[in-house]
Amino acid sequence: MIITSTFLYSWRWIRMTCQARQENTCTCRPCKPVTLKHILYGKLCTQTSLKTQYLSSFLYYSSSFSSPLLLVLFADMAIWFARSRNIVFSLRHNLNLPGILIKRDYSPRPAFTNSQLSSKSSVFLDSFTSLRHESTAVEKQLDLVQQSDEENPDQELDFPGGKLGSTSKMKFIPESSPLRVPCYRVLDEDGRIIPDSDYIPVSEKLAVRMYEHMATLQVMDHIFYEAQRQGRISFFITTVGEEAINIASAAALSPEDVVLPQYREPGVLLWRGFTLQEFANQCFGNKADHGKGRQMPVHYGSNRHNHFTVSSPIATQLPQAAGVGYSLKMEKKNACAVTFIGDGGTSEGDFHAGLNFAAVMEAPVVFICRNNGWAISTHISEQFRSDGIVVKGRAYGIRSIRVDGNDALAVYSAVRSAREMAVKEQRPVLIEAMTYRVGHHSTSDDSTKYRAADEIQYWKMSRNPVNIFRKWVEDNGWWSEEDESKIRSNARKQILQAIQAAEKWDKQPLTELFSDVYDVKPKNLEEQELGLKELVEKQPQDYPPGFQI
Amino acid sequence: MASLLSRFCRKLALPGSAHGSRMTSTTACGSETVKSLNLYSAINQALHIALETDPRSYVFGEDVGFGGVFRCTTGLAERFGKNRVFNTPLCEQGIVGFGIGLAAMGNRAVVEIQVADYIYPAFDQIVNEAAKFRYRSGNQFNCGGLTIRAPYGAVGHGGHYHSQSPEAFFCHVPGIKVVIPRSPREAKGLLLSSIRDPNPVVFFEPKWLYRQAVEEVPEHDYMIPLSQAEIIREGSDITLVGWGAQLTVMEQACLDAEKEGISCELIDLKTLLPWDKETVEASVKKTGRLLISHEAPITGGFGAEISATILERCFLKLEAPVSRVCGLDTPFPLVFEPFYMPTKNKASSSSSLSSPSKTHIF
Repeated sequence: MIITSTFLYSWRWIRMTCQARQENTCTCRPCKPVTLKHILYGKLCTQTSLKTQYLSSFLYYSSSFSSPLLLVLFADMAIWFARSRNIVFSLRHNLNLPGILIKRDYSPRPAFTNSQLSSKSSVFLDSFTSLRHESTAVEKQLDLVQQSDEENPDQELDFPGGKLGSTSKMKFIPESSPLRVPCYRVLDEDGRIIPDSDYIPVSEKLAVRMYEHMATLQVMDHIFYEAQRQGRISFFITTVGEEAINIASAAALSPEDVVLPQYREPGVLLWRGFTLQEFANQCFGNKADHGKGRQMPVHYGSNRHNHFTVSSPIATQLPQAAGVGYSLKMEKKNACAVTFIGDGGTSEGDFHAGLNFAAVMEAPVVFICRNNGWAISTHISEQFRSDGIVVKGRAYGIRSIRVDGNDALAVYSAVRSAREMAVKEQRPVLIEAMTYRVGHHSTSDDSTKYRAADEIQYWKMSRNPVNIFRKWVEDNGWWSEEDESKIRSNARKQILQAIQAAEKWDKQPLTELFSDVYDVKPKNLEEQELGLKELVEKQPQDYPPGFQI
Repeated sequence: MASLLSRFCRKLALPGSAHGSRMTSTTACGSETVKSLNLYSAINQALHIALETDPRSYVFGEDVGFGGVFRCTTGLAERFGKNRVFNTPLCEQGIVGFGIGLAAMGNRAVVEIQVADYIYPAFDQIVNEAAKFRYRSGNQFNCGGLTIRAPYGAVGHGGHYHSQSPEAFFCHVPGIKVVIPRSPREAKGLLLSSIRDPNPVVFFEPKWLYRQAVEEVPEHDYMIPLSQAEIIREGSDITLVGWGAQLTVMEQACLDAEKEGISCELIDLKTLLPWDKETVEASVKKTGRLLISHEAPITGGFGAEISATILERCFLKLEAPVSRVCGLDTPFPLVFEPFYMPTKNKASSSSSLSSPSKTHIF
């Protein structure tokens, strides 16, 4: 009787292993029709996994010919042999009763209480008892998503990447944390230090210098933007709303740190000593431009200031920064590479390449992402589905932090700490600076076409990084109304002078069109230069003036 | 074949070579020791010398550490350490971008792309960054220390993605150099020149010749100048221009043509960008006919550039249209490879090499 009942139950269990068969949708030959003959001769459903087939036919045969106790022992052994997640998974899946199997407590169930049973087999055998009592239909949805990070690994597994714990609980890591990664800030909107903040103190001298540069940057942005509108320069990009990121990050670095910018960080160059005249020269492409007039305005570069030349393609600087950092590491310099990117740029392949390389090569690189909410007209909700950029650091094995980009003190502390980590520990660090792009993407853009004017106003008035820092500096008694008007009028005067001078100067000599393509001019360029010179001399009226031949 | 090639080699004056001009005979000259090497061993030797002579040079790429999938980097990691010779993640844009960063800091980065068919993810970094790095910065910065090595060309069974010849894409980019050696001895000298050239260089190595080509290669440090074509076989009736593995095929066509009394002048271009127009021009002015041959598809191939330039310069001296014997305008096929390739019989039966009545366009 025991043999028969065990046989019958194993038969039923074998039947149950094929979900498709249950639903009568299985199209394999053994399933239509299911007969005892099929099972006797081991012709099981081909849709189930091979292991299941073997196990079930093994069980069938053992149940037919041995006592229930032996059956239990065999079952135990079978599980012990197949101690991989796969088989338990496929069993659960095929049994279609995961709601019952996936339970977080291991409380004993009324089943076989034989002491030889391991916890594994109790789970396995529970299926038999459940079969007796449960309906075959799926009653509740799978609870497959991990609720918490706490996982009690059942045992350790060895794979090429190293040891890791295993779990018999099938759980998917959720696509997002219940709480977004918090933003590190020190100053509140009124420019007051939040009590108990961690931050690196900033001296009066440094704070005043930082504020002066933020104010100068604002004036520079305004005047050059207007110059473009007047047709005096062809193009311009402003940093409105991101002055704190620009200046505070620059202030936190050492002059030997090599900067690879995107294009919205001229404040870094300003901090390092690039003069207003030099900025103007590049925008006008005149004979004093270090870039020799070859690129659009705002594509500044200065080897004296360890600031690579801006290039328009997005994110290309990121893997280059990894190479720069690696070079600094090999030369054992007390310096790191610092590179900037916007929220949009993190969608580029070079972002992945850059972070992965920096992590694998253990290069001292600080990646600063300016998450300003917009990539031209593309809002971040159309850019990624992750919680911003900070969570991506972990995917590459990179330490990361999210910081309030409109808080100069927070940015300063974060960049300074990141820089120290990068250099001391020879590792990359990722900083996501949250901010808002108050200005248009560039002079070729009118952002009111895709976003609300009050949104822009709100950020400009109530979340203005320059105003916030100004309040703090003033509260400390380090800055006055007088200083304010002085710095603004001085900056305005200097910038206007620089623009007027830059505008008047000659352009680059024509020969600079052909130089620097290679280190030495090749023959084909010599010929082309000769040809062009002849043509221009013959018909100068067809060519713009100011280019010396 | 190799001995034929070297027998017809012109004497070369090598700037910076300690031994003065290179001898053209196959026997070693005086103190010079040579060794019979295949292509990958010659390249390996060049890399050893490059790393030895410049402590700030690096070799990296996918699988470079254990010696590389084509054995070009054997022994380097053991000798120079894993800091200078290392594997990179599988990411061509990262490999080249990382190399640009290293080169921009004054190092020499010799980067390996596993096969040229996989170079395209790095195309943006090569075209928009490496090629323009010096120019756009007003010569404040440069990445001249970058050399990108990639095996290219048919290998007999490579199909779409292990046989491509992408040189034409790169020849259209001012700011980089494109170099393709034809044999082990050439490869070593050209690679050392490329590595030491202060401009970013894309160096395509004919993978077909990695094992197939064996030649006497001098063991010392020598360089072969870039942008100098070489007349490897003198003739008077027709000029043939090619590069890389295709020259062996063209050599055979020359021998066949000789039997019919046609004297062929065979030129190895070596550097495709910037290319030596003067040597080809002088040769065509002498012979009056030109045949260009390359594995890459004919449409838009580099043969078109050579043809247009020679037409401009030698129109009145040409006795026949310029011939191009190239790959077909298809993706590189697997089973059809013998039909796709610009074989010697296609060259022989092309309009330039045969009687005017037969005009096949390949």
